[in-house]
Amino acid sequence: MQLRPSLQAIADLVPEGSKVLDIGCGDGELLKWLTKEKHVDGRGLELGQSGVNACIAEGLAVVQGDADTDLQYYPSRAYDYVILSQTLQTMRDPKEVLINLVRIGHRAIVSVPNFGYWKNRLYLMFFGRMPVTKTLTYQWYDTPNIHFCTLSDFVHLCNLMHIVIEKRVYTDDQGSLSCLKGKNIFANVLSDEGIFLLKEKLLL
Amino acid sequence: MSEQDTIISTFGTAYREVAVGKIAILGKDTPLRLECGIDISSFPLAYQTYGKLNAQKSNAILVCHGLTGDQYAASTHPVTEKPGWWESIIGLGKPLDTDRFFIIATNVIGGCMGSFGPKSTNPATGKPYGLDFPVVTIADMVRAQALLIDYLQIDQLFCVLGGSMGGMVTLTWAALYPERVFSAVAIATSARHSAQNIAFHEIGRQSIMVDPDWCNGRYYDERKFPVKGLSVARMAAHVTYLSESAMHRKFGRTLQDREQVSFGFEADFQVESYLRHQGATFVERFDANSYFYITRAMDYFDLTENGGLKSYFVNSKVRFLVISFSSDWLFPPSESRLIVRALNAVAANVSFADITTDKGHDAFLLDVPEFFVNLSGFINGAANARGI
Repeated sequence: MQLRPSLQAIADLVPEGSKVLDIGCGDGELLKWLTKEKHVDGRGLELGQSGVNACIAEGLAVVQGDADTDLQYYPSRAYDYVILSQTLQTMRDPKEVLINLVRIGHRAIVSVPNFGYWKNRLYLMFFGRMPVTKTLTYQWYDTPNIHFCTLSDFVHLCNLMHIVIEKRVYTDDQGSLSCLKGKNIFANVLSDEGIFLLKEKLLL
Repeated sequence: MSEQDTIISTFGTAYREVAVGKIAILGKDTPLRLECGIDISSFPLAYQTYGKLNAQKSNAILVCHGLTGDQYAASTHPVTEKPGWWESIIGLGKPLDTDRFFIIATNVIGGCMGSFGPKSTNPATGKPYGLDFPVVTIADMVRAQALLIDYLQIDQLFCVLGGSMGGMVTLTWAALYPERVFSAVAIATSARHSAQNIAFHEIGRQSIMVDPDWCNGRYYDERKFPVKGLSVARMAAHVTYLSESAMHRKFGRTLQDREQVSFGFEADFQVESYLRHQGATFVERFDANSYFYITRAMDYFDLTENGGLKSYFVNSKVRFLVISFSSDWLFPPSESRLIVRALNAVAANVSFADITTDKGHDAFLLDVPEFFVNLSGFINGAANARGI
């Protein structure tokens, strides 16, 4: 079973046998892989009926619900890793969701599409219209992505909220950009997506 | 009496005698202490089984019925001669595959299909108990079923599942006997009976009580039967099992056997005629006093008191599936979400699907493909994890 490159980059951050909550788990592709290959104790949360059906049909423990409203009911530190893949930009209140992620999990893994990717910048500059690309496939009027940000914006928000970024992975449509590491200043232009390993800063 | 003997019970206005299948006599050595404080011993519990128990005794599934259901989940009902109430779910190649699983369906205590209930003979008087029967609770029903599972020499059930009241029974199994339940499926149910539902039950009970043929519960002695009261109770309840849109789709404003309204109070509309028919057939299979006892058990059901729902499921190893139906207004999806939140709050292994359908509460008894997909998927996943 082969994962999509961006999911593989997330999966690589999850240790064997950990307890994982995948928020917005879709049809369960990542959860299934993690359960099978890394023997994680996995749970999911998914809004869409067809995704939930697919997950439960695979024997995955997935709850139909809305991350915007349901995360508050999850207990603190109940999971080793909480994953939010390509979903933050669809949340009504991304800040609240981030607070919940680092509260529920000892670590959170968040991947966000980079609106500052060079292809998006060129699209906007030359066509003067909202970018529609291989990764941003929607028109502005039908997109579920209501809170786009650039990677710099995301890092800025984490700093504001005192969330510690322990690791950053950058990808484009070919997979991991291993040439870009840490706080690379070109990442906000060169990478299509950023994957961040986060944890709550404990104020002693 | 040997434990496999069938029991004869009487049904309907004519007190027709019908054999109601297998029974086990339970509580012979140690009586069962009911929540009301009364001990019951050597009492019958009626049950049916489908499929075969495997050598490891790991493939047993307990199916729990709703308010007026019984042990005939997947075989012809001896009174109505209709198919079992869950034949869509149980059988060869169905979500509960009888080739793979051993299915047990019991009639709850308080019921009227052979289990210990108000129609049973009171040894003190030689007459049916009537309202002298002790008030039973959902937990009492579960403890009685647990005695049956002991009697069948099964340590752990692979799955307990049921809809409506059967979902309450299922949740109670997982709460009282977590080590005896590998997985649990609670369908169209709630962790506590709502004020609205208690209200509907009270309407049903009151309509029986005002029927003079109810005779304060002693109608058996006079060979009477509260036909009108019980059928009105059923008519009112039946409306709550459907949805507004399903009812309108099915009946609309269609007239029954006439071209125009009668300017009277005959059953002008098809929906009236349908409800009258539902009431009339119900009284031929169900006991009015059982209706009291079982609705009361549901009314008293509340897993959210005493420390809250989640306190029952801390460190629970049970794999849960919770299912609701979008148009169910008797046990609406919000009730299921309460259960799911409590299970999430203790990081229990829970799946939840809210199935979009206009079939109302009755959807769990009907052909709803998405429901079957989720149920099959969960059962298969759990069976693989259990090594069945």
